[in-house]
Amino acid sequence: MELFQILDEGGQLVGEPPAIDDATLVEMLRLMLLGRRIDQKAISLQRRGKLGTYAPLSGQEAASVGSVFALDRESDWVVPQYREQLAMLHHGLPLSTYLLQRMGHPQGSELPKDGTLYPQQVALGAHLPQAVGLAWGLRLQGRPGVVLAYFGDGASSEGDFHEACNLAGVRKAPVIFCCQNNGWAISVPWHLQSGSPSVAARGAGYGMPGVRVDGNDVLAMYASTSEARRRGLGGDGPTLIEAVTTRLGAHTTADDPTRYVPADQVEQEKARDPITRFRTWMTATGRWDDDAHAQADRWCDEQIERAVAEFDATPRPDPVTLFDNVYADEPVRLLRQRAAFVADRESR
Amino acid sequence: MAVLSMVEAIRSTLEAEMARDERVIVLGEDVGKSGGVFRATDKLQERFGSERVVDTPVSEAAIIGASIGLATAGLVPVPELQFLGFAHQAWHQIGFQLARFRYRTNARFTTPVTIRAPYGGGVRAPELHSDAFESMLVHSPGLKVVAPGSAADAKGLLATAIRDPDPVFYLEPLKGYRLVRDEVPDGEYLVEFGKVRVARAGDDVTVVAWSGMVGIAEEAAAAAEAEGISVEVLDLRTLMPLDVDGLAESVARTGRAVVVQEAPLTAGFAAEVVATIAEEAFVHLEAPISRVSGYDTPIPMPQLEDYYIPDAHRVLAAIRAAVNF
Repeated sequence: MELFQILDEGGQLVGEPPAIDDATLVEMLRLMLLGRRIDQKAISLQRRGKLGTYAPLSGQEAASVGSVFALDRESDWVVPQYREQLAMLHHGLPLSTYLLQRMGHPQGSELPKDGTLYPQQVALGAHLPQAVGLAWGLRLQGRPGVVLAYFGDGASSEGDFHEACNLAGVRKAPVIFCCQNNGWAISVPWHLQSGSPSVAARGAGYGMPGVRVDGNDVLAMYASTSEARRRGLGGDGPTLIEAVTTRLGAHTTADDPTRYVPADQVEQEKARDPITRFRTWMTATGRWDDDAHAQADRWCDEQIERAVAEFDATPRPDPVTLFDNVYADEPVRLLRQRAAFVADRESR
Repeated sequence: MAVLSMVEAIRSTLEAEMARDERVIVLGEDVGKSGGVFRATDKLQERFGSERVVDTPVSEAAIIGASIGLATAGLVPVPELQFLGFAHQAWHQIGFQLARFRYRTNARFTTPVTIRAPYGGGVRAPELHSDAFESMLVHSPGLKVVAPGSAADAKGLLATAIRDPDPVFYLEPLKGYRLVRDEVPDGEYLVEFGKVRVARAGDDVTVVAWSGMVGIAEEAAAAAEAEGISVEVLDLRTLMPLDVDGLAESVARTGRAVVVQEAPLTAGFAAEVVATIAEEAFVHLEAPISRVSGYDTPIPMPQLEDYYIPDAHRVLAAIRAAVNF
């Protein structure tokens, strides 16, 4: 299946760039740079025991940023898996909240009130039927909006992926299935994940277009997501986008990729760096220079410093909050358990 | 008041709730044109259209998963699982996604989904259709589990379930769909969760049951009465929330308890009821609490299922044993 590209690996235009204003292009590159910096900071915090397990996003910045920027944050929803930090930030999640989530603080589960962001999903594929229901529900109520659901190549083997695509095809739900195929499900490579040459090829089986996109090409991701969004809003139903991307680091901080990733592949993947490619084009077209880069660096510093300060200043949770938010209307027995818990704490 | 079968009480309540609140939608396998394999959704599509009464693909995980999404979009989904046995194919969506959605999002989202499913044996259904595994559902924090034993409660509890902000698993006794018939109040009728129903008042022994076992308990109670034993039958109505105080009050008065369930014995919900009685009413007990239950086997093939499901004879034996201890 053909790979859709607008910028090649050297940052040369090989297709028609989508209409994006210069300020937005700058914002996109800045967010991609922030992603790389968040990884560095989070891994360092994790090594020092200040953060729990962290899933780095390096290498997948374009796949997240290109797709999420094609949405209207007011009406379009993001249903993330767990490597979509940038899409979540773009959809209103404070970075400090994200860090608290990674530290296992219940405050980290908070989502923007009245926002269009779903919780990140760690049970692979389970969010996909939910995304379909959400998109279908928007359509049933005559509300504008599409749902952008992210998942990985590993999740594409889950039954939920099949059930979600099938139902979306039947109901013509305005959902965009965005598979970030980085070639690795932790240590298992694509050829052991599927006998199919691509995820996108499966779209046909569900009556929806499947497109294979260079996921490290932010312009191609933006253009293909915009097209999928147009289809969704126009009543033509779902689209399957396979973003062919790269995981430059480990699966998570608990993983050691040197056990299974061949050394020469690491070098090849570095050559596909989505940030270098985009920056080259932005510079060549006069939209970016060293000053802009230095400015972006300072902006990233500020974002990270502020988030880490908020994260550090957040007190540990009150133990009794473990009872919160289980039910809207709490069973009597649970209320009694809470009271007993408080009495036990006070007796210590 | 009209005498209705349980399935008719369910059908008419669905219709009334859909008429009351246009956010309520029904989805599932064969719920539309066919009206459901047990006719629980009969003629609903005719009245409310195919966008509100939706025939879905054979896809249990998607039915429940999509219901979560529909709920977060502002709708009130009432999905049907054709048989409880098929709920296993949606188990992760039920026990881990739906039940925890509010918890996982710090209450940004609540998911008012009412899953309906027929359960239990006794109708000669093929294998894998008849299991009773309500204890699995109760063991899913965030979920409420409702199991009416009368047509009136089928109405009142279903209306309450649909209006409840939390997700509810609503269990319908397969054998009771047409067998259970009683007077159902007209018009709006809601039954509060977490309150037992005294199906029959008595003084000597409390028999606790729910869903399809309520009728069996009543039959045994009538037979015991002929022997001079006064039996109180409690219908739990809701397993989560459990009416701890209602249970304790009755057993404190009678001093004896028999708990009846259709599920396998070990770790069934009856064990929870027994433990609760032991904790709350131990000093009042005059006999060991006993269980009448299915066995620790799969529910057998149809020709053997009547030997597996508790009947009045076994319940009566337990009542006698409690009184004669």
